[in-house]
Amino acid sequence: MGLLSKKDSKLILDPLADNNPITIQVLGICSALAITAELKASIVMAISVLFVLGIGNVVISLMRNIIPSKIRIIVQLVVVAALVIIVDQVLKAFAYELSKTLSVFVGLIITNCIIMGRFEAFALANGPWRSFLDGIGNAAGYGLILVIVGFFRELLGSGTLLGFPVLGNPIPGELSGLYALGYENNGFMLLSPMALIVVGIIIWVQRSRNKTLIED
Amino acid sequence: MGLKSSLHNLKEKYKGTKMAPAFNAIHTFLYLPNETTHGGTHIKVADDLKRTMNIVIMAMVPCLIFGMFNAGYQHFLVLGEIGRAEGFLDVTFWNWNNLVIGLQKVLPLVVVSYGVGLAIEFLFAVIKKHEVEEGYLVTGMLVPLIVPIDTPLWMLAVAVAFGVVIGKEVFGGTGMNILNPALTIRAFLFFAYPTWMSGDKVWVHGAVARDKAIAAGENLDAISGETVLGALAQGKEVAYSAWDMFYGIIPGSVGETSALLILLGGLFLIFTKIGSWRIMLSSVLGALAMGLIFNAVVSSGWITESSKFYALMNTEFWHHLLIGGFAFGTVFMATDPVTASQTNKGKWIYGFLIGFISILIRVFNPAYPEGVMLAILLMNVFAPTIDHYVVQGNVKRRMKRLKVKTA
Repeated sequence: MGLLSKKDSKLILDPLADNNPITIQVLGICSALAITAELKASIVMAISVLFVLGIGNVVISLMRNIIPSKIRIIVQLVVVAALVIIVDQVLKAFAYELSKTLSVFVGLIITNCIIMGRFEAFALANGPWRSFLDGIGNAAGYGLILVIVGFFRELLGSGTLLGFPVLGNPIPGELSGLYALGYENNGFMLLSPMALIVVGIIIWVQRSRNKTLIED
Repeated sequence: MGLKSSLHNLKEKYKGTKMAPAFNAIHTFLYLPNETTHGGTHIKVADDLKRTMNIVIMAMVPCLIFGMFNAGYQHFLVLGEIGRAEGFLDVTFWNWNNLVIGLQKVLPLVVVSYGVGLAIEFLFAVIKKHEVEEGYLVTGMLVPLIVPIDTPLWMLAVAVAFGVVIGKEVFGGTGMNILNPALTIRAFLFFAYPTWMSGDKVWVHGAVARDKAIAAGENLDAISGETVLGALAQGKEVAYSAWDMFYGIIPGSVGETSALLILLGGLFLIFTKIGSWRIMLSSVLGALAMGLIFNAVVSSGWITESSKFYALMNTEFWHHLLIGGFAFGTVFMATDPVTASQTNKGKWIYGFLIGFISILIRVFNPAYPEGVMLAILLMNVFAPTIDHYVVQGNVKRRMKRLKVKTA
């Protein structure tokens, strides 16, 4: 690694797999279940969290020596709320339809446990550059799971990817692709319980590949 | 060389290899092995898991055969080729043509259910290096009986794979599952492909295909056959008498229509001490109680005919036992020894709530015309909690008795 030292690159790579915020720390589950019915929404949500967590970690890290520890939670909330409002306004201005799909869940990034968790656990004790990498890494780990879940839910639930019909045309009378063979979309995939099961399967696969992750 | 010894040789040949569990399973499924244990005293019981399962399957066979005849009967009835059967023994029902249709439609369901389910069981046994567990034998027979006749086979295969893996194997296989696998499979089908699991087309063979032909421009009359519950949920008149419902000559999932044969199967299970009579009885009592409450609400005039729940609430309380899948679920699925309550007092509570909640869902949720599936799954989840409190209550009572004695 030319750009990053080994220790720094670990900050980014660890949360992608062996210390993933969703599958290992089991944080941020609510939004992973709520907005992953479409791949597009998953990607936008992932980018939003990447923005909020990356910048937020840097801001908190810069202020870490002047924040009185008694009111640090309030300060953290103010920072994350300001960033979330920016994301929300940008989405409303440039992607109105999408912001309607994401609805309240953009606002709820404020309460996403991953963000407060990284502020508390990392940014308050580390410099801005390392905090930035940590924020990016954790948000990417979160986003990765979101995109995987969103991919399977949209593909199997609606037969599309990013809105493109990849499995053929399901409209009766003009069937094509897989639908002409009698295939049908799985409506269960669009319901939240199935998102939980998909996340569960990811956790299952990950832990059976790496036995050290299994807790007693 | 007989089949038994060749199976034995095959098993010996593969002993210690990866595939050993698969061959062991085939061998012990058909015969009692010759091996004897060495050292120590052992008690031999004839009713091991496989034989227990076989008895449950035997209890279901009449329902399966009846379901085949009924599939053909309903098909020809809506086509107008035969008249309505009068009584249980009518020849228009017990008819060769009916059976042929039934065999063509039901046997593939059975084959797919067993094929996919057992393949997954064998696969997991090989991966886990366990012996193959027999839990799928009953599930595999239950599944074809609780799905609509025209369910596409690939859907059934997907659902069985899901139900066996997510409903059972992830929890550690037979005996460790929280939810009844057969109902998990049905619930998956229900939520994933609702158009194939409800409505007035799927209960009669040929209705869906006929609709497609009409959509493609053929000049045919649409055919349909609604279940009793479907008609009631929409406030329509029910065209079947209570005897029809009791005999089971009504549209419905393959094997769940005949309350008479389910009753016989249930008595067989109680007689052989395989099924718990406490669960069956308390579940029936729960359903009757809820039915009586609804009847009382109607007769006291709290609800008028304008209400969309009127038809279902006004149904005579004991009719609820005959229609829908209630009888089948109570006898064959609520009594699943793995997912039901284990304590005797717990069984009463568990069964009663299944009956009670089934009828509640049935009446108040038109989106789910049959509540017994959801009620049993819900109570499956609560069964360990019920047991916990029953056991704790027992401990507390005995502690008190002890204190009185010692004081």
